[in-house]
Amino acid sequence: MLTLKENQLDAFFALIEKKRELYLPVEQNTGKSEFKRWAEGDKYSTALRTTRSAKNFFFAKSENLYDIEMNDKKVEVIDTRKDCNDFVIFGVRACDVRSFDVLDNVFLADPVDSYYKNRRDHGLVISMACSKPAATCFCALFDIDATSPNGDIQAWHVDDTYYFDPITEKGDAFVEEFKECFTEADDAPVRKQKEETLNKIEKLPFVKLNLDGFATEEKLTELFDRPEWKDLSEACLGCGTCTYVCPTCQCFDVKDYKVSEGKTKRYRVWDSCMYSNFTKMAAANPRLTQTERFRQRFMHKLVYYPIKNEGMYGCVGCGRCLVSCPVSMNIVKVIKTMGDN
Amino acid sequence: MIKEELMPCVGVITDITRETPDVKTFRVMGLDGKKLFSSKPGQCAMISVPGIGEAMISITSSPTKDYTEFSIKKAGKLTGWLHEAEVGQQIAVRGPYGKPFPVEEDFKGKNLLFIAGGIGLAPLFSVIDYCLDKPDDYGKINVIYGSRSKDDLVDYEKLLEMGKKENCQVNLTIDREQEGWDGHVGFVPTYVKELNPDLSYTVVVCGPPIMIKFTLQGLKELGFKDTQVWTTMEMRMKCGIGKCGRCNIGDKYVCKDGPVFRFDELGQLPNEY
Repeated sequence: MLTLKENQLDAFFALIEKKRELYLPVEQNTGKSEFKRWAEGDKYSTALRTTRSAKNFFFAKSENLYDIEMNDKKVEVIDTRKDCNDFVIFGVRACDVRSFDVLDNVFLADPVDSYYKNRRDHGLVISMACSKPAATCFCALFDIDATSPNGDIQAWHVDDTYYFDPITEKGDAFVEEFKECFTEADDAPVRKQKEETLNKIEKLPFVKLNLDGFATEEKLTELFDRPEWKDLSEACLGCGTCTYVCPTCQCFDVKDYKVSEGKTKRYRVWDSCMYSNFTKMAAANPRLTQTERFRQRFMHKLVYYPIKNEGMYGCVGCGRCLVSCPVSMNIVKVIKTMGDN
Repeated sequence: MIKEELMPCVGVITDITRETPDVKTFRVMGLDGKKLFSSKPGQCAMISVPGIGEAMISITSSPTKDYTEFSIKKAGKLTGWLHEAEVGQQIAVRGPYGKPFPVEEDFKGKNLLFIAGGIGLAPLFSVIDYCLDKPDDYGKINVIYGSRSKDDLVDYEKLLEMGKKENCQVNLTIDREQEGWDGHVGFVPTYVKELNPDLSYTVVVCGPPIMIKFTLQGLKELGFKDTQVWTTMEMRMKCGIGKCGRCNIGDKYVCKDGPVFRFDELGQLPNEY
């Protein structure tokens, strides 16, 4: 397997940054890690998870769709799209890598979203296997193997060594381009770490919850009509934090920003189904209370999405909502209540 | 770069007709004077104005016509702006979107009963007009349409013209007695039961939720089955292509899997519309 030593990592990053844009988790002054553009002096953070997910790299938090101008009665639509620069995301955990598959099913489905595809085409994902999963991790519930994290190149960090295994054509081309950085070494330490980590994962509290029946059309209306939604949603503040930290939440709004008289930027921005105006129309709102909004978010991830996508769940078990929700409400409690656990 | 569905084209308003105090019909053509796009009866389009916003509007005109029209009720920001617009105003349009009424499949050769209330006529008008333009393909066309008052009947003149056709019957009603109105008075659901249509009809219903609810009850009492009744739904939409998440009901997106649904299909979905 290809390897490089920990003390060579910064030189590797510097070399990547010469040819590409490089993004990786870096510890912030808050003590929490976030993905950021690498700069000289930045240390790769080996923290288990970043506060925010990596979805922003492909499904941007906000982005200009096109410009639209109006002068007197004339309207002109200006295509402002351009190819984005090639970039590398380093250190993406298995859960976040799966979230890209979840988003692909939405944005690459016909008709293809050209903004998303542009970023997807130009981005390369170097994942990072987990070795110290937290009690809030439950990716295994969704058949995600945190020790084989996918992406274009899989990586492992064992002691003072990083191991790399390219698994796509893009990944192959990348390691070929940067081959002078790597040395070949036996992958026995990786195999050992995998085994140890899988043992740890096995013992995590939420990885064996019961999902039976969630992803089936037969149970759809039955789950929808369950009275427990009311109690579960009682504490929900509708703050939307869960949807912003969630790697798979994909709802967006399209809005106009007036740059100057007659000139408008029409942009897309993340939105949240937890907000009261999300479905509000001139005449009515089909999701009137927080109970309906709360139910929508979890029904979408656990029932609607998998029915539409061959059983793939819309949750990746990253645990961010468990950590971030101000009232400690989360998908695990929903699965436990609704899944007869 | 590949075609982007979210990016609109520009059309121009070539004609504006006031239908009611709060409904106007806008004819929109391409800048080259040609038809905007080819659509199917029951489809919708995203209409937008820079700095004001975008909204999904049903296409009122039949695909058999050489123009595209939208009957729009003044209800919010964008529709309010459009109501102030003049002929010659350009607007952005994208689409058409959504699953149309099955005019070439289930509807073919059938007697068709259209039941509408208020602005609910707008999305049905394209189908009615389409079927009337192809009289050999369909049986009897029966329209039952009601509004608050005579002034609130959308497409009043056009409907009267339609009613003169041999295969078409138009039954209008208004909620309350009004001077100058000698037609039927009463709510749509009651009127449907009074008219007692025979069970040979395939039915299409659109209107305010309360009207739909009671009309459906009435139809059931008359012996109609869910499998012969269709509707078209309204939900808030931002993308029109099943991605923004807004119009999601169960595993369906109204913009892509609808807006046209048969009532037995709706019965499989969560009751959240």
